[in-house]
Amino acid sequence: MVRIGAFLVGLFFSGWLLVSFLFGAVAYVSDPPAPTAEKEFHLVPRHVAFSFDGPLGHYDKQQLQRGFQVFKEVCSACHSLKFVAFRDLEALGYNEAEVKAIAKGWAIKTPDVDPATGEASSRDPVPADHFPKPFANDVAARAANNNAVPPDLSLMAKARHHGPAYIYSLLTGFQDQPADLIAKFPDSKTPEGLHYNPYFANLNLAMAPPLTAEGQVTYAEGQPKPTVDQMSQDVAAFLTWAAEPKMETRKSAGFAVLLFLIIATGLAYMSYRNIWADEKH
Amino acid sequence: MSFPWAKEYTPKVPLMKWLDDRLPLPRFVYNAVGGGYPVPRNLNFFWNFGVLSGLALVIQIVTGIIMAMHYGANDAVAFWTVEHTMRDVNAGWLMRYAHANGASFFFIVVYLHIFRGLYFGSYKAPREMIWLLGLVIFLLMMATAFMGYVLPWGQMSYWGAKVITGLFGAIPVVGEPIQTWLLGGFAPGNAALNRFFSLHYLLPFVIAAVVILHIWALHIPGSSNPTGVEVKGPQDTVPFHPYYTAKDGFGAGVFFIAFAIMVYFAPNFLGHPDNYIEANPLSTPAHIVPEWYFWPFYAILRAFTVDFFFIPAKLLGVLAMFASILLLFFLPWLDTSPVRSGRYRPLFRKFYWILLLDVLVLGYCGGAPAEEPFVMISQVAAAYYFAHFLIILPLIAAYEKPLPLPGSITEAVLAKHGETAAPAAVPAE
Repeated sequence: MVRIGAFLVGLFFSGWLLVSFLFGAVAYVSDPPAPTAEKEFHLVPRHVAFSFDGPLGHYDKQQLQRGFQVFKEVCSACHSLKFVAFRDLEALGYNEAEVKAIAKGWAIKTPDVDPATGEASSRDPVPADHFPKPFANDVAARAANNNAVPPDLSLMAKARHHGPAYIYSLLTGFQDQPADLIAKFPDSKTPEGLHYNPYFANLNLAMAPPLTAEGQVTYAEGQPKPTVDQMSQDVAAFLTWAAEPKMETRKSAGFAVLLFLIIATGLAYMSYRNIWADEKH
Repeated sequence: MSFPWAKEYTPKVPLMKWLDDRLPLPRFVYNAVGGGYPVPRNLNFFWNFGVLSGLALVIQIVTGIIMAMHYGANDAVAFWTVEHTMRDVNAGWLMRYAHANGASFFFIVVYLHIFRGLYFGSYKAPREMIWLLGLVIFLLMMATAFMGYVLPWGQMSYWGAKVITGLFGAIPVVGEPIQTWLLGGFAPGNAALNRFFSLHYLLPFVIAAVVILHIWALHIPGSSNPTGVEVKGPQDTVPFHPYYTAKDGFGAGVFFIAFAIMVYFAPNFLGHPDNYIEANPLSTPAHIVPEWYFWPFYAILRAFTVDFFFIPAKLLGVLAMFASILLLFFLPWLDTSPVRSGRYRPLFRKFYWILLLDVLVLGYCGGAPAEEPFVMISQVAAAYYFAHFLIILPLIAAYEKPLPLPGSITEAVLAKHGETAAPAAVPAE
């Protein structure tokens, strides 16, 4: 009984799947899926070498500071960094007083409540505060940004495939729409107010090119020239740190743990061999 | 139960004797995983994965309980509390990465455990109950893992919850009320998040209880072995401790090394980047995919694209997906070959490897976008999956000519070492 029932169920599912396959195959051959502009012109991020790549990689504090400077002077006008606190910046090599000064001088103020009247007010951020958001809410953000909310950047480096390389490629990837794209897909012309970028999923994004000219941010003495390429790499590195601040701890702990495990497993292997020495198996 | 030659627990110190007379817990452990459990001496390394699955369950419970101390099951703060754990809790990043990767490793070792059972016929009499309880554990694991993936309240959490609970919506007439009832609303929200957290905390302990039944059922006939020939005498077995505790200790070391490499050096490799974006009911991700361990089943779900008369394709997909797991409950009665081990079943062995490849292909298609040619490939692969268990296995059992079996485990072991067993050493069955 079980086997007859199973045979019938199997015949039904397998048979209908093969029928579905035939339907699909006929449709695929007679009416192949139409090419789309996204499919043909979207690019995977360009490869960049970062100091934090690989199991031995470390953050380059100089680069993180430069990236932070780019974030502060360019990105933070529209993008929040809500999961990062000013105090976290000590990991970039700033001392306590410098962090205090950075927080105090931050262009956007932290919302607060007036202790006397209870009315909404704002104050200078302190190191314990998270980075204040540039817009009070999403409605305000949309109103100021062509109906698109600038996403929070705290986790951007982990929230996209190839995170840091994606950020770098996107920032350096703004260009005019290729002529052959418009020739092949006349309906895919970049709409008014959007900007063509082959690294963006649907090729057109609301953000205008944020880094446009060499020297847009002035780097300190002794630092590399602030080309668009350099600034993009630096801010990609900074955002990787913002998304994964414990990476260095994680990797160094990993080496200690692996060393211990390899020794322990070696001992376990020897005792296994020892115990089984006179048992054939 | 045990074999008559199993060593008996004899407490040496007065305290243990006192305890043994009142609560024989040490005796219980001794008979379960100590010297009192005789195990076939010829188990290979594929027999390590049962213990490793138990280890993975313990890792999940320990890291999970610690994370729950820092988690807020509320849709307004859930994502934030997870980030707080990652950034501000001491070793919080370690707990979370260990828990997320621990789920993947749990499934890796359980899949190896299941495929070992499939190859060596461990589901066959007298071990059907072990197999059935194992499948119950597997189903509970899937439910637990699905609900756990919702808790960080990222984009994939939210949309995964929406898609999976939407499966119940495919049931005719009562489907949508059931979906609304399960979610506590018309879409995933705070009510769903709270109940998923509550159940995600409960189910691992239910799993632990079924694991105890699974091991209890195992101790009735004793462990199977690569020859599939039952134990015939004391010379076929060794005591679990120290022989298999030592072997499992080494296996655990290898497991931990692989686990540590993922947790410390590639913690996000098995995850999806979209889950680092906070849940947004207004923005649907381009491709909604579950975690990798659900991909074969997800591929089966999506393989049905054509209605069968009055049954919509979506409902067929849901039925097939559940059937693909439920049919495993019937496996002991579908594969009627008296020979257990694939080593002595030349025809079965060929189809076994085809099945393994087939499931890998299904897995790949389940992770790919629902586009051609992946849908067509998963249709053929899913057709084979059902045919393999429901049609091919019973036929093989009926027509296959198995190879001659060794007379006993000892004979097989000695043959491997180029010796012959003294016939007197093998008592009649």
